[in-house]
Amino acid sequence: MYENRTVHGYVRENGRVGVRNHVAILPVDDISNAACEAVANNIQGTLALPHAYGRLQFGEDLDLHFRTMIGTGANPNVAACIVIGIEPEWTKVIADGIRKTGKPVAEFSIEQNGDIATIAAASRQAKEYVHWASELLREERPLSDLWVSTKCGESDTTTGLSSCPTVGNMYDKLLPHGLYGCFGETSEITGAEHICEKRAANPEAAAKFMKIFQAYQDDVIFAHQTDDLSDSQPTKGNILGGLSTIEEKALGNLEKIGRTSTYIDALEPAEAPEKGNGLYFMDTSSAAAECVTLMAAAGYVVHTFPTGQGNVVGNPIVPVIKISGNPRTLRTMSEHIDVDVTGVLSREKTIDEAGDDLIDMICRTSNGRLTAAEALGHKEFVMTKLYRSA
Amino acid sequence: MAQPQLLVHDKADNVGVVVVEGLTAGTEMLCVVTEDNSDFKLTADADVPIGHKVALADLAVGDTIIKYGEDIGKVVAAVKKGEHVHTHNLKTKRW
Repeated sequence: MYENRTVHGYVRENGRVGVRNHVAILPVDDISNAACEAVANNIQGTLALPHAYGRLQFGEDLDLHFRTMIGTGANPNVAACIVIGIEPEWTKVIADGIRKTGKPVAEFSIEQNGDIATIAAASRQAKEYVHWASELLREERPLSDLWVSTKCGESDTTTGLSSCPTVGNMYDKLLPHGLYGCFGETSEITGAEHICEKRAANPEAAAKFMKIFQAYQDDVIFAHQTDDLSDSQPTKGNILGGLSTIEEKALGNLEKIGRTSTYIDALEPAEAPEKGNGLYFMDTSSAAAECVTLMAAAGYVVHTFPTGQGNVVGNPIVPVIKISGNPRTLRTMSEHIDVDVTGVLSREKTIDEAGDDLIDMICRTSNGRLTAAEALGHKEFVMTKLYRSA
Repeated sequence: MAQPQLLVHDKADNVGVVVVEGLTAGTEMLCVVTEDNSDFKLTADADVPIGHKVALADLAVGDTIIKYGEDIGKVVAAVKKGEHVHTHNLKTKRW
């Protein structure tokens, strides 16, 4: 039954399927945000993606910056892209990276032109892209053509009982038919890393995961900790929701990969999967906006987001579908929730039924339904930075 | 089935999760193990908020708390069956 499900998406030049049709105005660096926002203000139907970085970065941190920028522009939810930077060289690196997808890309740099001339030229080009993109038609494609990522937030004990296994059930049903999946949150796997290691599809993926996990423990936790991290992981919101330890949080988190799914590779942050369809682990922060931004930059077009206490995060280019089983959250902030799985806690709904509800919502969202986060204007675009700039 | 007040992931667990709002001390809770849908009764010893845990057995300092059939930390203050289990009596074994 799942192999016959279809969605209506935008088939891009490289064959990938997008579910949104943005004309993105992408700043290479923080000081080009103003020009990008001015273009987006001039031309309706465009989307500026301001962020805080892109100057004086080097080494692995610069690689990640470029990978995130290029991946964001290359994402199939973006129809065409305008890249604006302070100087032409890094601007060209990013624009050329996005051009490999075959989509329309134009680049502008501000030095020797000034903001006003740059904004004028970029606005004229953006207007042409909007005319072109707005005439593209959605096409019927198999549901399994989608790349669907997951990350949970403001978790509590109800996420491990209801919304996380709902996502897991969706993956167990759709991954065998060709879906690409992605989970991450290196810091929140602590306490369940032995289980995550066993869920690798092959020894190479298991070894890569454990190397990423150990590097996080050594380079981040042990290098900077001042206590047992009880004040940060679990978060204050997690603790209010009833989670007591990182182990408990991790076990609930890992419910998102279901009962039978196994991951075929472990990716660097924002790294595009290259081993075919299936589930991937990605080394990410557990902060919601950073994690969703990295997965979007890897090419994922829909995000599934279980929440207990009510995380409100969204993303500018990827629809973030919120799933919650906490009846108090549904009572107090239902405007943020797309899929209500409270019936799992009251035993009126099975995880199997909740998984089908989520699959329905993935189809509806892919066909154009705006998520709660989109309707409420959540566009959190947050770069991951590895260390201080030069 | 009537709506349960407490859900338990696994038969091996020694804690369960309150899944209703406004649970008061003295309530005889219907408890369901999600793994196999078996159920039992347990009296709550305190007002426990939704999402918070209740001990299914008496637990001594140093005991391991089991949830999802897995180790989620150690008991740092003795807990009686039916009492609230949280950061005041349960701590991570990590970091």
